[in-house]
Amino acid sequence: MNIDTLLPMLLTVIAAATPLLLAAIGELVTEKSGVLNLGVEGMMLVGAVIAFAVTVGTGSAILGIIAAAFAGIALSLVFGLLTLTLMANQVATGLALTIFGIGVSSLIGSSYIGTPVEKLAVLHIPGLSDIPVLGPLLFGHDILVYASVAITVLVAWFLKSSRAGLILRAVGESDLSAHSIGYDVIKVRYLAVMFGGLCSGIAGAYLSLSYTPMWVEGMTAGRGWIALALVAFASWRPWRVLGGAYIFGGVTILQLYLQGAGGIGIPAQVMNMLPYLATIIVLTVISAGPWRGRLDAPACLGKPFRPAS
Amino acid sequence: MVVMTQRHMLHWRYRVLRGLGLGMEPSDKAVKEHPRLELSGITKAFPGVIANSDVGFKVAPGEIHALLGENGAGKSTLVKQIYGILKPDSGSILWDGREVDIPSPHAARALGIGMVFQHFSLFEAMTVLENVALGMDDPGKDRVALAKRIRQVSESYGLPLDPAREVHTLSVGERQRIEIVRCLLQSPRLLVMDEPTSVLTPQEVGKLFETLRKLKSEGCSILYISHKLNEIKELCDGATILRGGKVVAACNPREETARSMAQLMIGAEFRSVARREGGKDAGPVRMELKALSMAPEMAHGVPLKSINLSLRGGEILGIAGVAGNGQGDLLAAIAGERKAATAGAVVMDGKPVGRLGPAARRKLGLCTVPEERNGHGAVPDMSLTDNAMLSAHKRMGFMKGGFLDTAKSRSFAAEVIKRFDVRTPGTETAAGSLSGGNLQKFIVGREILQKPEILVVAQPTWGVDAAAAATIQQALVDLAATGSAILVISQDLDELLTLSDRIAVINAGQVSEAMPAATVSVEEIGLLMGGIHGTPEKGAA
Amino acid sequence: MALKIEARRQISTRMLYMTPFIAVAATVVAGFFLFMMLGADPFEALYVFFISPLETKYGLSELGVKAAPLIMIAIGLALGYRANIWNIGAEGQLTLGAVCGGAVALAFWEEQGLYILPLMALAGMAGGAAYAAIPAFLKTKFNVNEILTSLMLTYVATLFLAVLVFGPLKDPMGFNFPQSRMFSDSATLPIIWEETRLHIGFVVALLAAVAGWVLLTRSIIGFQIRTLGSAPAAARYAGFDRTRLTWFCLMLTGALAGLAGTFEVAGPIGQLVPNISPGYGFTAIIVAFLGRLHPLGIIASGLLMALSYMGGENAQINLSLPQAVTGVFQGMLLFFLLASDFLVRYRVRRVKPLAEGV
Repeated sequence: MNIDTLLPMLLTVIAAATPLLLAAIGELVTEKSGVLNLGVEGMMLVGAVIAFAVTVGTGSAILGIIAAAFAGIALSLVFGLLTLTLMANQVATGLALTIFGIGVSSLIGSSYIGTPVEKLAVLHIPGLSDIPVLGPLLFGHDILVYASVAITVLVAWFLKSSRAGLILRAVGESDLSAHSIGYDVIKVRYLAVMFGGLCSGIAGAYLSLSYTPMWVEGMTAGRGWIALALVAFASWRPWRVLGGAYIFGGVTILQLYLQGAGGIGIPAQVMNMLPYLATIIVLTVISAGPWRGRLDAPACLGKPFRPAS
Repeated sequence: MVVMTQRHMLHWRYRVLRGLGLGMEPSDKAVKEHPRLELSGITKAFPGVIANSDVGFKVAPGEIHALLGENGAGKSTLVKQIYGILKPDSGSILWDGREVDIPSPHAARALGIGMVFQHFSLFEAMTVLENVALGMDDPGKDRVALAKRIRQVSESYGLPLDPAREVHTLSVGERQRIEIVRCLLQSPRLLVMDEPTSVLTPQEVGKLFETLRKLKSEGCSILYISHKLNEIKELCDGATILRGGKVVAACNPREETARSMAQLMIGAEFRSVARREGGKDAGPVRMELKALSMAPEMAHGVPLKSINLSLRGGEILGIAGVAGNGQGDLLAAIAGERKAATAGAVVMDGKPVGRLGPAARRKLGLCTVPEERNGHGAVPDMSLTDNAMLSAHKRMGFMKGGFLDTAKSRSFAAEVIKRFDVRTPGTETAAGSLSGGNLQKFIVGREILQKPEILVVAQPTWGVDAAAAATIQQALVDLAATGSAILVISQDLDELLTLSDRIAVINAGQVSEAMPAATVSVEEIGLLMGGIHGTPEKGAA
Repeated sequence: MALKIEARRQISTRMLYMTPFIAVAATVVAGFFLFMMLGADPFEALYVFFISPLETKYGLSELGVKAAPLIMIAIGLALGYRANIWNIGAEGQLTLGAVCGGAVALAFWEEQGLYILPLMALAGMAGGAAYAAIPAFLKTKFNVNEILTSLMLTYVATLFLAVLVFGPLKDPMGFNFPQSRMFSDSATLPIIWEETRLHIGFVVALLAAVAGWVLLTRSIIGFQIRTLGSAPAAARYAGFDRTRLTWFCLMLTGALAGLAGTFEVAGPIGQLVPNISPGYGFTAIIVAFLGRLHPLGIIASGLLMALSYMGGENAQINLSLPQAVTGVFQGMLLFFLLASDFLVRYRVRRVKPLAEGV
């Protein structure tokens, strides 16, 4: 395999990894505050369709991305209202959000099926982008690819070094303690949930504007759930989320290439199972393995909290 | 109504002043100055209960003031209002003579109020440094500088701490130091301590008192919440006594006897448990632990290490120890909630049962009362009938085929309610709506009425009012008199000394030799609780 | 006057049974505005969506056809959710059940006999249960989260079905369409209402609900399930075996979903095709919650959800509204239900502000 075939392959790996990374890093922040939002898939779908509709309507992809971010935030606020204010079960509410998101996105998207949209433009950086091989690999991407990495860096710094990040982790570690020394647990969690919604919305926008620039019903195809698995796989650490997203991106692309390479007699559908099976295997390995990743889970993950007043 | 209130207040003010005046240090100008803290008319209600009703008292600068009351008297609710966690329904708080509103703990800290919680406000997976920073409103950006300050302050008050350690690796006493140091770094003018000694060994209590006296000498006031009378006599300059959410008296603890304060606190003649005499040459060995070892269940727990213990019929064996030394896993291992590695590690009446589950062990005659009532010993959302079913369905035969015989469990629940004086509207009331004391009476009663051969009880009277506690303790004594073997795991040393025939101590997952309760000294038990013989995890020096 | 939210000391049973009605009412109101936004006459649209399907024999019979799988699956899910076992992969278990039941039908394609249908039902249940055994095994053995595994397996199951109907099970005379042969008459469910598609599966679903109710409220296993969900530590204290209960709930749901899948292909569809279910496995989650995780409540909520499918179809045909409206309605309904659940544990009280000071 020479560089001419390897390069496009690596580029597609990055493309496949980006939506996973965006969604997972948002969910990581949400979970670090102690909230489990299983609605990532739904928020991504709505983000995808809103980004598409706004881009088609206004001709501006940037507006589309911003709209998708707000759509994600809006849905996450519904989740927050139910779980944080009204104390609903987080698992059930997350499922409801996904079901709702699937419905809303296909309702909005029904008139956009088959509509074309221009693929999100590559940010051309004069000089750097023109370097052979490395240029396209490192500097030949659209804005969301850079954004996904930048957000990861920011989140890593935020959680490790900022005071706000310390408070966020504290809230996820012990809501009672955080409350009794004066932190507004519910407010912190709302903000974390909203950040998760924002990232999921943008992840959806990437799917419908760049990965496959069109709208297809249910186009996330389980990526929201894979992102959830990634967070556990990464033991709630941002850099590992980045690594995990790229590994999963690699698995996705590998099966496409194997299919392209003549299929080796294996039906395409069997190859398509790979990312899902890989998710199950990875989850099993981290749950059963000697690392016992779940020990790193925020201690209050998924538990409701309501302060006495 | 208003007149009554004012008269009442005048009365207690008089008593507080009298108490303070007599108890203060000689160079005391405080009485003429404004009190550092003055509460008046504080009322706070929750659904179904009035936690504080028209509470008022004063704390002078440099005074150690006790807030005394039994469980459920409203002490914790009151101090949460002082620290801004809860908002009073009515009443006023005066700080240095000025009326203040304390809407949040941040506001409390800004005034100079520090708080050490009974259930620590710590984050186990984080470092000491992070925990301290979280408890401060302005820790500064420089973490190295903060670490240095933590070292300095903690050492100057005799509370050494390593800022880099993660909290879950520390002992309970060391964890309390974090809370104290966190307050000290903010130069508090009033330190509120909620039941600080309940998790300490007697020796650690002594050290804590030294620190508090040093603070007092620097002019810091201390509000000391406790129900332990001897400590208050030893440490405090004045005391306010709460009962049922109301101030019932103010006194100078040095002038009172422990008994007189107890009567004020409980409001009735002190009832003591009637021990049977004789029969101390206990019966045959009913249960044995042989080299029982087990990994901790919780991520940050201590493992059980080769525990040997034998329990005889007719005796009450107490296991003392500071919380978090393996008590939970020990109970789980005996009950069968966690299985031992080998069947022979737990032996009942000569039968190895280490690999059996709780249902099988219960059938053989072992009943247990776990420490946590809501959610472990009982299902809060289920009725008392269902909760009777929970642990008694096999032993008492509440099943027909694979189906429930609810009528039988209902009448059993009714009997428990009657015999143990459980205050509840009826058998179909949800367990979670009972008060702590009543639910505990129900659970203990449920186990005792199953006529266990062996009964293992954790914290039988934790958070229970005095009347219920007396009922429960008497029931345990009476059960032992019938020849059953009883193991009591408790953090309350006084309770163990009252109840037990023999006492052993658990520390860092190891259980000491059991000693006769009549002859053992508190100091000896205290040393064992502190783990004098070679704990593997000694705190950072 | 101010409003104050208070925790109830005991959950309100009255509210528990009121909330589904509150949620349905709120959904209808929200639907009114939704239809308005979509440019339809909201009164007409609501009528077309909720009432018109009930006016014809066809509509009523189809209600039963669609409610049957929903009820069957939701019974199993409800038992699991009561025990805090979150199987959300019933759609995959349904698919595997359809594959296994369908495979039996195709294997006996040229045979006739009364034994074929029971055999298909058994195969379908076994297939669904076997598929649910994967998350059960991973959960009990390695503590792998069943939410993610059961869902991932749903995607795999759909692809697996596609492999089969594009490959080995494709109708040799089917002009290369991705579908199997039509099943023989012996492999097709008996119709219980003349001239409609309403099949015996509806009766089976009702029986399953009654059996589920007896199991949950009267049997010791039901008691164990309720305890495990409400207070896991208390369940362990009582000696209830969590592993066994996890297996029980997942296998039961898998078997019921598998049976539902078999009934779909042996009933309304009559052959294996790439898309067997319009998301019954997911909608059953809503059915279970809306029925208050109570088997008898699930009969009612199953019928209501079936109605929402019919309403979506009608709205598409008569008002040319997108059929996706159904999904939005279902999602909203679950949201409103979860929101109104707050009233079960809390109450809102009017309080007079207390006079300040002494």
